[in-house]
Amino acid sequence: MTNDHHIIEVENLVKKFGSFVANDHLNFYVKRGEIFGFLGANGAGKTTAIKILCGLWKPTSGRIQVAGFDVYKETEKIKRNIGYMSQKFSLYEDMTIAENFTFYGGIYGMRMPGIRKKMSFFLEKLGIVEYKDRVISDLPLGWKQKLAFSIAIMHDPAIVFLDEPTSGVDPLTRRQFWDMIYEAAHDGITVFLTTHYMDEAEYCERVSIMVDGRIEALGTPSEQKKQFGAESMEEVFIRLARKQ
Amino acid sequence: MESVRITGLSKSYGKVRALDSISLSVDKGELFGFIGPDGSGKTTLFRILTTLLLPDSGQATVEGFDTVKEYRQIRKIAGYMPGRFSLYQDLSVEENLKFFASIFKTTIQENYYLIRDIYSQIEPFKDRPAGKLSGGMKQKLALSCALIHKPAVLFLDEPTTGVDAVSRKEFWDMLARLKKEGITILVSTPYMDEAGRCDRVALIQQGKILGIDTPRGIVGAYKDKLLAVRSSGMYKLLFDVQEFPRTIRAYRSGEFIHCSVKDENAGDELRNFLAGKGHEMIEVRNISPDVEDCFLALMTNDRSFGTSPSGQATND
Repeated sequence: MTNDHHIIEVENLVKKFGSFVANDHLNFYVKRGEIFGFLGANGAGKTTAIKILCGLWKPTSGRIQVAGFDVYKETEKIKRNIGYMSQKFSLYEDMTIAENFTFYGGIYGMRMPGIRKKMSFFLEKLGIVEYKDRVISDLPLGWKQKLAFSIAIMHDPAIVFLDEPTSGVDPLTRRQFWDMIYEAAHDGITVFLTTHYMDEAEYCERVSIMVDGRIEALGTPSEQKKQFGAESMEEVFIRLARKQ
Repeated sequence: MESVRITGLSKSYGKVRALDSISLSVDKGELFGFIGPDGSGKTTLFRILTTLLLPDSGQATVEGFDTVKEYRQIRKIAGYMPGRFSLYQDLSVEENLKFFASIFKTTIQENYYLIRDIYSQIEPFKDRPAGKLSGGMKQKLALSCALIHKPAVLFLDEPTTGVDAVSRKEFWDMLARLKKEGITILVSTPYMDEAGRCDRVALIQQGKILGIDTPRGIVGAYKDKLLAVRSSGMYKLLFDVQEFPRTIRAYRSGEFIHCSVKDENAGDELRNFLAGKGHEMIEVRNISPDVEDCFLALMTNDRSFGTSPSGQATND
């Protein structure tokens, strides 16, 4: 029943907290190598769904597979096959760049030669090889963000989850960050991300919009704009999120 | 009449220059925006203006009072909503509001008209601990608390960061109504698209002001021509547009690539160039820049702008 081209499959995902339904029968899939935008208003239930997809929380009901693994029984396998980066940096501020690579590589089960290889690959790409012994807290915000992303994909995960990765950065860094996202997707890593920047919704191949625990729209940005007769994704978003 | 005046203000943290000799003034009743990314110095500036931090050099006044020598007077007339939620999490919504009212020796009733629009939306939850509110509700409570003593000047530090597009729009609608009450409002934001809601904005980056003007003036100072480009192969398109010899700057912007060029007629040439690179369904059109286009131009080089690149010209 599982489709080989789908790296994430979600059927009737329900998550309740007491009587509150945070995720109300979500149905969607994400294609291998796709950039998928997971949008929604604050409190719509996005974070809950992401925690379930990452194997951190158990759903109340539904059939959910991530990278071919079951979210009820195979959470450890899921964790080894995904990368995660949130708006609050996942890097340790009082450790150096090199120490962060070593630490996370170790967590992901990588060995030292592999870690060293990846570290020099990313540091060269970012043009910061000579800074590898700098403590994270001394680095500019844009660097931290790019490093956090590099570390989130250093173990070649099948999927990387990005939770508001570009919050608060300058417009130039935001675009450089998107260059990295495109490159990762180009290399076959599936990108699953949330954002409040509506222009970034346009950069995604497909976008879902959650309102009050449900997915109210799903499709390519151009399909959605056509469906709602809207000029931009911002207009689509505001129309959907306002109607409650 | 000016409400806030800043002259040559500088502040460093160790080696980091958070504010680098900033000068500007804000008129009474103005809605003034500081637009810039995290780490550009917005919070440092707000903390100095609200008397919570001392500058290294330079001077600032709020309603004529010096932020260093007359901080007591400023504290009575300023409302401040810090970037991080800083109300008492274990007090209820109503208790927080009462607390702030009593500190300023007033009551909720006395200035209720000022917060009615905002507070009425969270009043149904007035017995709930502030820590248990959703993000949007916390934001409304924080704004109510900053307003309850009817301040002359309101400082809002990134009130819309991490807030969804709908709540952001509603928040700016609230600010437009407060402006009508004659309150001077200084607001900071990393979202370039919010510039249009301000009377004037200062674009700020790495402790320096890149430009100060009305949103229309900022956009009007953009000297190059801007093209919006789209084709069937967007991933490759960016690289190809960057390779076009007449491109000054090219970057993604929503569903288009924005490409700045010197003259208007470069569009046809670009279309042919892209066709030669194998692109299909090519769309090229002339567009007007928005504030983000201007910010990017100012960040990457100052050449596209007519105004002085240091942006130190004060508007007084």
